Parts: sequence; structure tokens; C-alpha cells
Amino acid sequence: MSASPPNPLRVWNGRAFASDDVPVIPSPEFNTTIARLLRERWRLVGLFGLPGPELPLRAWGVLADPDGGSLAVLATELGAEYASLTPTAPQAARFERELCEQFGVLPVGHPWLKPVRSHAPWGPGSYVLHARGEEVGVGYPFFRMEGQPVHEVAVGPVHAGIIEPGHFRFQCHGEIVHHLEIVLGYQHRGLERTLLGGPHRVSRSQVEELAGDSTIAHALAYAESLEALGACPVPPRAQALRAVALELERLAAHTGDLGALAGDIAFLPTAAYCGRLRGAFLNLTAELCGNRFGRGFITAGGVTSDISPADAERLLATLDTIAADLRSAMDLFFASGSVLARLEGVGGLARDTAVALGMVGVAARACGLPIDARHDHPTGLYRMAHIPVATSPEGDVHARAVVRWLEAQRSVEFLRDALRQMPAGPARVPCGSARAGGAVVTLVEGWRGEVAHVALTDREGRFARYKVIDPSFRNWAGLEQAMRGQQISDFPLCNKSFNLSYSGHDL
Amino acid sequence: MWRVLRARLRQGYRTLEFPTAEPSLPTGYRGRPVLDSSACAAGCAECIAGCPTEALNVQDGKLSLDLGRCLFCGECETRCPAGAIRFTRDYRLAVRRREDLLVQDDDYHLAHALDAASRRLFGRSLRLRQVSAGGSGAEEADTNVLTTIVYDLGRFGVDFVASPRHADGLLVTGPVSTSMRGPLERTWDAVPDPRLVIAVGASAISGGPWRGHPEVVAGGVGAVLPVDLYVPGFPPHPLTILDGILRLLGRLADGER
Repeated sequence: MSASPPNPLRVWNGRAFASDDVPVIPSPEFNTTIARLLRERWRLVGLFGLPGPELPLRAWGVLADPDGGSLAVLATELGAEYASLTPTAPQAARFERELCEQFGVLPVGHPWLKPVRSHAPWGPGSYVLHARGEEVGVGYPFFRMEGQPVHEVAVGPVHAGIIEPGHFRFQCHGEIVHHLEIVLGYQHRGLERTLLGGPHRVSRSQVEELAGDSTIAHALAYAESLEALGACPVPPRAQALRAVALELERLAAHTGDLGALAGDIAFLPTAAYCGRLRGAFLNLTAELCGNRFGRGFITAGGVTSDISPADAERLLATLDTIAADLRSAMDLFFASGSVLARLEGVGGLARDTAVALGMVGVAARACGLPIDARHDHPTGLYRMAHIPVATSPEGDVHARAVVRWLEAQRSVEFLRDALRQMPAGPARVPCGSARAGGAVVTLVEGWRGEVAHVALTDREGRFARYKVIDPSFRNWAGLEQAMRGQQISDFPLCNKSFNLSYSGHDL
Repeated sequence: MWRVLRARLRQGYRTLEFPTAEPSLPTGYRGRPVLDSSACAAGCAECIAGCPTEALNVQDGKLSLDLGRCLFCGECETRCPAGAIRFTRDYRLAVRRREDLLVQDDDYHLAHALDAASRRLFGRSLRLRQVSAGGSGAEEADTNVLTTIVYDLGRFGVDFVASPRHADGLLVTGPVSTSMRGPLERTWDAVPDPRLVIAVGASAISGGPWRGHPEVVAGGVGAVLPVDLYVPGFPPHPLTILDGILRLLGRLADGER
């Protein structure tokens, strides 16, 4: 018993390894190893099961190095019941709920064992949480506050406004929210199930539609996974064009959300200007590849269309105009006392909470956590051209707005350099088929945060598992926490400052 | 105050002249495809093999493309050695009947207007409730953009409302996930008669890339609600949606190309 468990396998973003090299550690030591790494400031990127004919369930944990660069992968085998990791490592909470829902393995001692998507389950085992085909939210065990003046507000799944569906349950005392519980799963379309045995012809389109506003981020992670498994050297020109598309996606989203924040606090000039400017950035993406969201652009081996030097000049000129207009809208926004008064101190999240929940992306950086895959785990053009990580320490709506504005400015600078220094050469090369028994972890910093894909292939080189972890999966719990002690009327503002994806969570 | 006015002057007037002037679309934009079966070499099925959603097939010896399934990815155009498939920059794509989405040759039947009685009701004032039923957020975003100053949907008397009880119809996106079928039907029940349904995007029309999944309703929105307008695309361009709505309301000349 004294022998210490084997060390996790050290891997790098977007580089394939043999799945057999991942050490399989008994469940108790698996838990203590992960808990130790988290104490050493590692982050849990993912914890997920590999479908098999029967229990025990093979599960993988992926962690990211606090100093950036490398990742650690370790595996274990879980029986029908196992000791939950969550009490010592809250970052695992939603992942263990998902494991339970997908594979029917029960994490004993989990403090908040509830459905994640409550969709019809897939995979082996006996399902603990719900029966097949039940409607989402029906019979959901909501947390409830007791007491006469306490009231409950239920919103959704169909909300006011043009937005994806989800159900929000607020426990309020007067105007103050004491607890918010968010029930998701309405958007579940069976992505992970269908990717088994892939890649199929339609897989890329499904990944593109996984979270519509992050089409490029997910398509890029998917392409990089296939390229790693197929040992495909992506030409530098393709890497540059992909980075251009990813930063345009970020600019469109940040601009749109800054405008929406302005709209929610009735600061209409910036709301109107940003509404237009978001579309202008989407149009730049369309100039690049024909589609406003970049659908069909990124493929394994490169990109499907190229630009001429004249196109690059035109993109640069348009970018300059839009960036100047955006600056005018933002200067107005951040210089207005009434705006700051509505943003500062609202929806605050403590740094420690963000760490405990394993948050990523804009929401984490707005709590002072410098997590950015473009900096920590760079691939493609990001290995040559660095983007400084934008953070703000306060953790409130204002901090999230500031981080977005800083990032938007840095993306514009990055785009200018990238478009001026486009490498020569092809934009696409043929990509071979995936190796057998391989695996790869791919991280891409989408505008919302870290998009993580983990692909494993079987003996024929088909997907034995393709795990997708959208940043929303790790950040929804942050929104719940940020609403505690807030006025319920500030919910739209808080929600918009995170702007998480429903479909990216529900898969 | 001066800052606000200065910014206002700088930002200028930004609403599109559409529909009085033709909008300019990006060079690489893929709009309505045109097929030329006569160019096809015998036995060639390159395009069919490359289509991610089985939108292409051969009917009566003619190449046929179902825009209800088409993702406008351009893969077929790239693969075709004979140039038999060409995506034009025509953004006008909305139709009234599902079968009108089947493209052969250069023939396409754009949406015709509602009957006179319905036009009297909705022609100058249409209120829509949007429901995302498994949508990715992209169709929703490019519907939302219609309310910005660029498209200024309100100038046509069309607007989105929060309550289905205030609405004249639903604009539905997404393949209708089984989890959203109930909420979609209940939202529909809350819309007073007479009412319209607009299905936006390949997923809503046919399931798109999710077609055949047990997690979504077979046949898209049309299997759940009576669809009055189909707007194809992945996602459709905002102008495609706007053009479709205006055609439905008879605000553009019937069959105008």
C-alpha cells in the first residue's frame, strides 16, 4: 500500500499520444492525485468516461499546468459506486454529475448530485438519476429556501428575448436573490453520442453548430484534433487565417455583448452602435470566408478558402474603420458616470470561488485569474504572435466588461499584424486519417473561454470517444454564485456579462 | 452631453436602404445555388458523396438539391469537376412550401404573399415570438440583428415580443430537440389565432446536421407546427430572413427576383 501511484502522463496541447500510455490508477489514488494537483494550482480541464460494454467504467481526468505549457492525463476505473472527488475538489462537481448521468456510476458523497442535462442517457450501466425520455426539469430536485417571506421565481425555458432555452429558479427574499439554480438540457442534440465511431461526413458541421457564436473556436479545436491524430502539418498560412477568423469571432462577440450590457442599463447610444458594429465584424468574417459565422471555413488540413493581398488590404482598411467606431462607442460607455454606477459592484464573484469552480475565460480573467489558452497552451499562430492576457481583479459586471474591451483592442492589434504579415504558401494540405489507439487534448481560447476537446481513437482509427467541454460547462455555476445577494432585477445584466452558451453546455 | 453628441455625429446614419436599393454582399457569400445537370459526366457522384447532409441526389436523371437540408458549405461546388453546381450571391431564398426548397436547374419559387385577408391583419403590423428549440445561437443571433439600426425591422411594422400572447406568430430556430418539443407546443398554444410560423435555418427546416438523431424531432419544425415560411441557410443571412418576412407580408412584389 505504500507505493505511490504512477505519475499522470504529461502531454501537450494538440499533440497526439498513445491512449495506452495513460496510467490507470485505482479510484482512491486517482482522487488524491487530482486533489493534490489542484492544491498545487493545476486546473481540472475535464473528467469524463469512455463508453465500454460494461462496468467498471474507464474514466479520464485531464489537468492543466498552472504555469502553462503542459497537461496531465490520468485514468481510473469506476464501479457502480465510487467515492466522490467533489468534496475535496469542487471543480469536479459538474463532471461527476455528468458521469453519473451518462454512465450510471454513482459518486458516493457528492453534495449536489442532480441531472446535468436530464436527457435520455447513453452508454452502459444502470441509470441512477432519471428514466429514459423524461422531459427536462420535470421532477428536478430544486434547492428550496424555507420561511414565510421567501418566494420563488421561475423563468424559462422560453425566455423573453431572442435567446436559447434554459430554466432559472430564483429563491428570493424581497428583491434579493439568495440562491439561483439553473437547469439546462433543453438544447441537447446528441453530439457526443453521434461522434462515436466518427469522424463522419456531417461531424464537422455538427461541431460548427455546437455553439453557434463559437463556430470558429470549436471547428478549430476539432480540426486540430484530427490533424494531431493524422500527423498532418498545417501550413503556416492556414494557421494565420484561422487565427484571423478566431479573433474576428472574439471581436464580434465582445462587441455584441458590450452593446447588450449597454442595452440592459438603458445606455442606448452604445447599445445601438455596438449592435451595428457586431454585424460589421461578422461581415468581415464573411469577407474572409463567405459566411458570417465562419461556417465551412476550417477543415482538417487547413482552411477552405484563401484571400488575396488585395483582400487583406481591404480587410485591414475596414478593420481600421470599425475599430475606430468601436473605440468611440466604448469611450462614451466607460466615461459615463451613470454606466459605471450600474456596472460596478454588481454580480461580483470572489477569486477563490472562481478557482474552486474551475472557471475559465473572460469570467475567470475578470476575477484576476490569468487563464488564457492563447498564452498558456498556444498552438498555430499564437506560438509566434503573443496576445497579452487581459485581467481585472474585481470579479463584477464592470470587470467582465473591462476585460472584454481590453481583449477587443488587443485582438484588433493582433489582426493588423496577422493581416500585414500573411505567410506565403498553401492554405490547405491533405490530412491523413487518424492513427489507431491515439488520443489528443486540444485547447482553443474561444471568446467565452477555453474550448477543450479530447479525442480517442479505436483500433481502426475511429473515435472511441470525442469529449467536448465548452467553457459554458465550467462557467454556468459561476453565474449562479454571482447572483447571490443581488437584486433580481440585475439578473439580465449579470447574465449578459457572462453570456454563456446553452447549446455548448447541452451538446 | 457633448461627448454623446460628438459620438452620435461620428457614428452617422447606418440603416440599409433595403429594399429600395440592392444590398452589397461579401464576395465569397454563398447564396442560392444554380444546378446544371447537363454538365454532369455519366456516373459522376462526387458532389453527392461530399454532401454532409445528403441534400443532393439525382431525381429523374436530374441533379436535385434540397435547400432545406443544405448547409451552404460549398463542398459540392468545390468537388464538382464539371462546374454543374454554382452558388450565386442571390440572398433571396425563402419559400412558402417545403417542396419548393428542392432545386433543379435555375428554377426557384420564392415565397408568395399571404392571402388578402391575412395581409390586412399582418401586412402593416406583425409581432413575432422567437423560440429556439435546439438552435445553436447563430440563427438566433442573425434574427436578433434585424432589430439593430442596420436593418431596423421596426420600420416595416415587424417586431419581436416577449409574450406569445402578444404575438401573431412564432419564428422558430433549431431542429426541435425532444426536450423543447413540449415548451414549443405550449408556446404555440399561447399564441392567439390567426397565427403564423416561420422556420429559420437548415436545422429548423429538416433537422440539418442533426437529422435522424433520436434527440431531435424527425422532420424539424414542420413536424410539430404548420409552417408558413421556410428560410433556408446555415444560418441564413439576416437579409434572407428579412426578405422572406417582407415577401410573406406582400411588401415585395410577388415572385420578384
